[in-house]
Amino acid sequence: MNTENAILSKTKSFFAEIGDMTLFAGRFFREVFSPPFEFKELMRQCYNMGNRSLLLVSVTGFILGLVFTLQSRPTLMQFGAQSWMASMVSLSIVREIGPVIIALICAGRIGSGIGAELGSMRVTEQIDAMEVSGTNPFKYLVITRIVATTLMLPLLIIMGDAIALLGSAIVENLKGNVSFLLYFNQVFDALKFSDLLPATVKSVFFGFAIGLVGCYKGYNCAKGTVGVGEASNSAVVYISMLLFIIDFIAVFVTDIFFDI
Amino acid sequence: MNSEKNIKPVLELKNLKKSFGDNHVLKGFNLKLFEGENLVIMGKSGSGKSVMVKCLVGLIQPDSGNITIKNQDITTMGQTELDLLRTEIGFLFQGSALYDSMTVRENLEFPLRRHKDKIENFQGTEFSVKEALENVGLANAIDLMPAELSGGMQRRVAMARALILKPKIIMYDEPTTGLDPITAKEIIQLMRSIQEKYNTSSIIITHDVDCARVISNRMILLVDGTNYAEGTFEELSNSKDEQIQAFFKN
Repeated sequence: MNTENAILSKTKSFFAEIGDMTLFAGRFFREVFSPPFEFKELMRQCYNMGNRSLLLVSVTGFILGLVFTLQSRPTLMQFGAQSWMASMVSLSIVREIGPVIIALICAGRIGSGIGAELGSMRVTEQIDAMEVSGTNPFKYLVITRIVATTLMLPLLIIMGDAIALLGSAIVENLKGNVSFLLYFNQVFDALKFSDLLPATVKSVFFGFAIGLVGCYKGYNCAKGTVGVGEASNSAVVYISMLLFIIDFIAVFVTDIFFDI
Repeated sequence: MNSEKNIKPVLELKNLKKSFGDNHVLKGFNLKLFEGENLVIMGKSGSGKSVMVKCLVGLIQPDSGNITIKNQDITTMGQTELDLLRTEIGFLFQGSALYDSMTVRENLEFPLRRHKDKIENFQGTEFSVKEALENVGLANAIDLMPAELSGGMQRRVAMARALILKPKIIMYDEPTTGLDPITAKEIIQLMRSIQEKYNTSSIIITHDVDCARVISNRMILLVDGTNYAEGTFEELSNSKDEQIQAFFKN
């Protein structure tokens, strides 16, 4: 009976949290278009989240392309299909693997960072201090961060995809004597508008989810340092789960509109 | 200060109630703050002092009761009006609450970003920041980060930030808690000098009897969520009531 009650109570609190998060998102849409606008803080957040993630995303993308090509080569060679390598790698990376892996990397770096930063600001009363000084902390802290992740993630994903393809091209050049020109010609022949657009739209939603959940967890952080740790940790867990749900929905919607 | 009761208060609480679940923190608390007055609120830990002062600035919504500041009821105010009214209230948090990702200068510039027009004869952001820091004796710390400051210095910077919009009402939430006795005395002296210089009205939440003795014009003892006793420091410290005496015993 106790186990049943525990499961019931956890399920209830999970759905209550989803409800709270929906209200939080609703507040974001209500306030995002109303002045005052915090452009300076938005630019600072874009720099923090975009520019400071470049190295991590670049290294991840490069290794992703490199490893993916190295692992796929032997199998394709068995069928004499190594000339399909460029098409296969580019489609896989641009459509699916690139956005999902880079979004997961950003969930760890950006999402947990937002959760921890806002959580510690909540615990040390910095958010209250902001409110008392006549500044709306939701606009200054939350809206700027959600907009920044929504804008920056697609750019990071596009850059990560490009670097992954570069990594793949290097393997093909070294192992298969395929020139860079030929490799990238094959890549651009294989990629169509219907591959790029849904992936980019999907990455906008990924960025929004990372910002929203990170901010929600941090802004509503419970008191104490344990609360900050929990906010950061649960932000990553919720974001990762949400990314796969968004990805799942995106694939279905793409199938309807572009007949993949 | 009791003789001023015919004067209209700058801040008034009427029958303030606040509960968190079954925990009834405030059970009808009343308070009046007059112009130029230093009102000390004393109470045991968990008696609701911080909840009360957070209700005053709209950080916590009370369950019932009226909060009137400068003839405006803040419980019925919209967000924009409340933000404007808050510029007339300075608030010193117990833990200083400095923005730790910003320098001292940026901490002080923050309230000025949107509300510099509220300052009479505004002479520029740089001037206001330097003036506020000079008032608390920390002009040299302008480009330091909060983490590079001692606890006492952080409290002074927090006071400078609370004062930068030249508020008429200042609320101090346990201003000397966590400080050594010498730094605590310096902070108390600073509070007095600020009050004399700007003729501010202050609400001071404290456990510190020395602080209450030096700074208070009037005191309220908050016990079980209500006003247990009210009077000057001398009146209360000489009271025969055991519960009142407990506050003044070392």
